[in-house]
Amino acid sequence: MPGARSKLRYRPLNLARWLIWGLTALVMAVLPQLFTQGFALTLMSQMGVAIIFALSYNMLLGQSGMLSFGHAVYSGLGAYVAVHTLNLASKGQIWMPVSLLPLVGGLAGAFFGVLFGYVTTKRAGTTFAMITLGIGELVFSCSLMFPEFFGGEGGVTTNRVFGEPFLGITFGPSVQVYYLIALWCLLSMALMYAWSHTPLGRIANAVRDNPERAEFVGYDTQRVRWFTLIISAFFAGIAGALGMINFEIVTAENVSAARSGGVLLAAFIGGVGFFFGPIIGACVFIFFVVALSGYTQAWLLYLGLFFMLMVMFAPGGIASLVMMQVQLVARKRFGRIAPHYLGAGASGLLVLAALILTVEMTYKISVDSADGALMNLFGVEFDAAAAIPWAVAGGLWIAGGWLFNIARKRVARVWGEIQAEFVEGRT
Amino acid sequence: MSAHALELQSVRKSFGNTAIIRGVDLAIPRGERHAVIGPNGAGKSTLFNLISGRYPVSGGDILLNGESVTGLKPFEINRRGLSRSFQITNIFQRMSVFENIRCAVLWSLGYKYSFWHRLGGLKDANLRAEEVMESIGLKRRRDTYAGVLSYAEQRALEIGVTIAGGAEVVLLDEPTAGMSRTETADAVELIRKVSQGKTLIMVEHDMGVVFDLADRISVLVYGEVIASDKPENIRGNKAVQEAYLGAEAD
Repeated sequence: MPGARSKLRYRPLNLARWLIWGLTALVMAVLPQLFTQGFALTLMSQMGVAIIFALSYNMLLGQSGMLSFGHAVYSGLGAYVAVHTLNLASKGQIWMPVSLLPLVGGLAGAFFGVLFGYVTTKRAGTTFAMITLGIGELVFSCSLMFPEFFGGEGGVTTNRVFGEPFLGITFGPSVQVYYLIALWCLLSMALMYAWSHTPLGRIANAVRDNPERAEFVGYDTQRVRWFTLIISAFFAGIAGALGMINFEIVTAENVSAARSGGVLLAAFIGGVGFFFGPIIGACVFIFFVVALSGYTQAWLLYLGLFFMLMVMFAPGGIASLVMMQVQLVARKRFGRIAPHYLGAGASGLLVLAALILTVEMTYKISVDSADGALMNLFGVEFDAAAAIPWAVAGGLWIAGGWLFNIARKRVARVWGEIQAEFVEGRT
Repeated sequence: MSAHALELQSVRKSFGNTAIIRGVDLAIPRGERHAVIGPNGAGKSTLFNLISGRYPVSGGDILLNGESVTGLKPFEINRRGLSRSFQITNIFQRMSVFENIRCAVLWSLGYKYSFWHRLGGLKDANLRAEEVMESIGLKRRRDTYAGVLSYAEQRALEIGVTIAGGAEVVLLDEPTAGMSRTETADAVELIRKVSQGKTLIMVEHDMGVVFDLADRISVLVYGEVIASDKPENIRGNKAVQEAYLGAEAD
C-alpha cells in the first residue's frame, strides 16, 4: 500500500514530553534548597520512595488489571536482601556502594517475583487477588519464623555510613539520601514510563481489557501477567531498598498487608488510569501518613474518609479530575466554570472545618481525655466538653452543607452545559 | 506439506451427556473460501470454538497444515497460523483502532514479550497496522477508541484484528450478523479483499453472502455434516433443502 507508506510519519522528538521530564528533574533538584528543614527532607524522601512503589503497583493494577493485595512482599523482601547486603558491605565482606543498593533490592524483588509470580499469575481477577493475599500472609508469618533473615520482631538494623567518602558523599546527611532517592525515583519513573510504551506494556493493556482476544492474537496471557509482575517486583524492590537506606531498619511491617493496602490506596487515590496518577496518590498518601499523623491522632480516619469520597465521587482518582480540567482549559471553557469551583471550594472548606472540629473534639473527649477536655485547634484554645464549640460545629455543618449543596449544583449545571456544547461540536 | 489447510477427523464434542458435535469430518484445501451453514443450534459456532482451541474436543483430531493442533491452547494455534473472529464483537474496547491492529501484529513480527523495543520505533509493526487499517477502511478513525465505533466499524475492526497477524487460515464467525444491506455488501467486499490468498472458513446465516463468497459449502445439522459441496450442488441437494434451505424457504 504505497499510500499508507508515504503518509506514515514518525516523530523522533517529543518536546512536550522532554519538557515535562526536564521540569520534574529540576523540581526534584531544587526542592531541598527551598525546604531545608529536616521534616521537609524526610517527607520528600518518603514521597520519592512511595512514588516508585505506587508506580510499580500500578504496572499491575492500572496497566495490567491485576488487583494485588501482596505487593509489599516484593518491596519488603527487596529491602531485607538490601539491608543484609549493606551489613556485609559495611563489615568489608563484600564490595557494594550504598548508591547501588537499590539495584540489589530490585534484583531481589524480581527474583521473588519470578518465584511467587509464577504461582499468582496462573489465575487472573479475583482468584489472583486472593492468592496474592495468601502469599502476603505467608511471607509475613515467615518473618517471625526465620529470625536470622527477618530479624524477628525488632527487624534488621544497619548503618548506611561506612568506608571512605566518595567526592564528599557519605550518605550520612539526610539531604544526600534525598538526592539518592530522587535520582533513583527519576530513573525508575522514566523506565516505568518507557515500559508502558513497549510491546509487553501494550499487550499488558490488551490483557487487562480483553484477555480472551489477546490469546487469539497469539499471546499467552499468563506469561504476560507473569513478566509484568516480575518487572513490577523489580521496581518495588528498588523502593524497598531506598526505604531501608532512608530509615536504616527493615521490620516485618515492610512485608505486611497494611503496607500492601497502603500502596493500593495511594495508587487508587491518585488514579490508576493515568501514568502520573500514582505519583500524585503517593504524595497525598505520604502527606496523610507522615505530615497529618504528626498533628492528629485521627489521621487514619481522615485518610479513610478521603479514600471513600474518592471511590464514590471520583473513581478515576485525582488524575482524572486534573485531566477533566485540562480538557476545559484546552477548549477555553475553564474560565466559565472557575468561579463556581471557587464557590464550591469555599463552602467545602466550611464543611471540612465542621468535620475536623467534630472529629477532633470527639477524639479529645473519648480517646485523649486523661488531661482534661481543654484542647487547641488552629491556634484557638477551647473546652471540648463545653456546648459552644459543638454549637459552632453544628452551625458550620448546616451553613457549609447548605452552601456546598448550592455550589455543587451550580458546578454540575455549568459542567453539563459545557459538555453539551462539546457534543454539539461547538468547541 | 499437506494439501489441506485444515482437516477435521471424526471431531466430537459433548457437554455433559449432550452431544453437540457428532463426528465431523472435513478437509479444506489451501486457498479455499469455505462456508459452514446450518440451522440455529446445529453446532456451527461450537465447531469454530473447537478448531480455534476455545473448547477442548471430546474426541477426534484437528490438523492444521497437516499437524495436529488438538488440545493446544488458542495462542498456540494462532501462532501456527490460524486466526478467528467472533460472533459477538471481541476487540480491545479501550484502545484506539490503531492500537487494536498493532496489538494483533506484534507477535507475528517477532516482538513477542519484548520490553526493550519502543513501540513508536517499530516501523514494520506500525506500517503493517497502517496497511491493515487502510484495507478495512478505518484509516480516518485511526485514533478513535474502538468502544465508540459504529457497529459496522467494530465488525470491520474485528476482521482487521483477525487478519492483521497474517494467519493463513482465517475463521470468521457470522461476520455480517446484525448489519444492514449496505453494510453487508461492504463487508462482503472487505472479506473478499482481505481473504485473498488465504484459506477462509466462515459461519454465516445470510445465504446471499454465503453463495456470493464461498467456493464450497458444508451443511451442519445437529452436529453432523450432511453435505459438503460446491454452492450450485448444495442448492440442488435434497437433503439440504429438507434440513435447512427448504425450511427457510417456507
